[in-house]
Amino acid sequence: MRWLNILTCAAVMVAVAPSTHATESLGDAEAGKEVFAKCKGCHQVGERAENKIGPHLNGVFGRKAAGLDAFNYSKSLERAGNSGLEWHADTLSAYIENPRAFASGTRMSFPGLKDPEDRANVIAYLRAFSDSPQDIPEADPTAKGTDHSIDPAILAIQGDPEYGAYLSSECTTCHQIEGGDEGIPSIVYWPDEDFVVAMHAYKDKHRPHPVMQMIAGRLSNDEIAALAAYFNNPE
Amino acid sequence: MTLNRRVFLGAAGVVAAGLSAPMVLAQGKPRVVVVGGGAGGATAARYIAKDSKGEIDVTLIEPSRTYYTCFFSNLYLGGFQELSDIAHSYGTLAANYGINVVHDWATGVDRDAKTVSLAGGGSVPYDKLILSPGIDFVDDAVEGWDLSAQNKMPHAYKAGSQTELLKAQIMAMPEGGTFAMVAPPNPYRCPPGPYERVSMVAHVLKANNPTAKIIVADPKPKFSKMALFQEGWGNNYEGMVDWIGEDFGGGNVSVNPDAMTVTIDGEETKVDVCNVIPAMKAGRIAEMAGVTDGNWAPVNAADMSTKADPDLYVLGDASQQGDMPKSGFSANSQAKVCANAVRGALTGSKVFPAKFSNTCWSLIDTDDGVKVGATYEATPEKIAKVDGFISQTGEDADLRKATYEESLGWYAGITSDMFG
Repeated sequence: MRWLNILTCAAVMVAVAPSTHATESLGDAEAGKEVFAKCKGCHQVGERAENKIGPHLNGVFGRKAAGLDAFNYSKSLERAGNSGLEWHADTLSAYIENPRAFASGTRMSFPGLKDPEDRANVIAYLRAFSDSPQDIPEADPTAKGTDHSIDPAILAIQGDPEYGAYLSSECTTCHQIEGGDEGIPSIVYWPDEDFVVAMHAYKDKHRPHPVMQMIAGRLSNDEIAALAAYFNNPE
Repeated sequence: MTLNRRVFLGAAGVVAAGLSAPMVLAQGKPRVVVVGGGAGGATAARYIAKDSKGEIDVTLIEPSRTYYTCFFSNLYLGGFQELSDIAHSYGTLAANYGINVVHDWATGVDRDAKTVSLAGGGSVPYDKLILSPGIDFVDDAVEGWDLSAQNKMPHAYKAGSQTELLKAQIMAMPEGGTFAMVAPPNPYRCPPGPYERVSMVAHVLKANNPTAKIIVADPKPKFSKMALFQEGWGNNYEGMVDWIGEDFGGGNVSVNPDAMTVTIDGEETKVDVCNVIPAMKAGRIAEMAGVTDGNWAPVNAADMSTKADPDLYVLGDASQQGDMPKSGFSANSQAKVCANAVRGALTGSKVFPAKFSNTCWSLIDTDDGVKVGATYEATPEKIAKVDGFISQTGEDADLRKATYEESLGWYAGITSDMFG
């Protein structure tokens, strides 16, 4: 629970940063390389990186806290790892903002990076030294997704049936347009309202299914309405 | 050689057009040529033909009359599918979508004249060219192996006769024999594919030859769904699978196809079957077209156009796009984005923002399915992963069964999305 609280605080602070409503990189990796100069006294990253005063940072994304067998971590970080803390962009940001507030008892004697942009940039720099999603699809994201629920560019194209047909192509990879329903349910000829209710239940994660939660999670209200209209009576 | 009438007439028509028609867009219907009839190419051809409603002339060049999907070919090895279940033809694309299907090899691309030459003679003109050629193998990637050895040590990484051969070899293994796999380095087609294959081979051996062994020599320290596969191998095929990763010399491998031996980190082993999956590169037409940089073809994330030529697009495994794994699902997803952009460029139809997704299902044992998936968006630099999920270790049997059934549904869905 404690990690959750700290993360919630971190999330609130991040939310203050300006949002562009489009796909955003994690940060500026080039600028992050400069920021990393502050870390280099203790941490190595890249080819032939080794544990020094601090652990090496290759493969840190997705690793559990205190996860390198060959490094002697503080009890505090060991405990955090054992209670489920993993390093991702959000947890790393919270940690490097103020290491001792995040994990009291950590041996990382670093006052923290207060500037959210510096943190984002150094995280973007470090991300390149962890697994690539191309090779390991479950590896951590490399960008932040578009917030479709408030993207004015997306809202501007509401009510376009052609758009509904286009969006449907993502659905028909799995759901057959002819209505076959073995293993994967049919989604054609549903009443609009049922379709919209079902999709929002996935979007809000009230209905369980990771693929559908993921797909619905990035559809705006208007896109869901467009899909409902299309599948109600596909040509 | 037998030619069916439609294909013969279609090819003749195309050749005639190539000789007489000037390459001017305004003088006739815009022409899209698609090379490669797999998950990327067949989908792109179908969507462009379907959505342009006859405004665009679409030609699909694919040497095989019967296409075997690489996805689900492991399930054939495991006895969960017949070979005929993963076989598809192009009849519906030709008959119902008006696509000119040419069964021939594309042997070159003249980007100045904007034509694709064919092995059977003649050339096909294009306004937009989409290459979706899948993979070829890097020469000398595994010491002792080249394509001439593929009948002794099959790769079975292009589905069809190679898959059949591998299956026959597995079934003919002596009691207590050894199956070896040389796994590929990153990046390669279908990240969980080799490990699903190990699971399927183990499934077959457990039933028919339970004292047989499986050795995997892997140049990588880890792989996709590793914890899930290793859990499954431990639970279902205990003591059968020996995975030798990079840390234990798995990358230091040579083979001798005549002697049927594999040498891993200096230790030679006599084996009964050796499945060599070499390092991969873009299908060679991409290199011949001059759009590759190293082993792959760099593309723009927004529309899959190549960095080298705005009128030439590369889809699927052959493309270097960023974060998407090389998979049939990815190629199908990229094809729809590309089709929308190509149609927009040629007819002025609306072009919508790129959205990509992928899910890879793998079967570990009967009714024991797992999956990994993600969504992706286009940034100026690449296709970037923005969200995702993966099956968890220790899931209950009902969920695993539902995941497997879902994969069957997906197969039916994507193949009808590709072939109509």
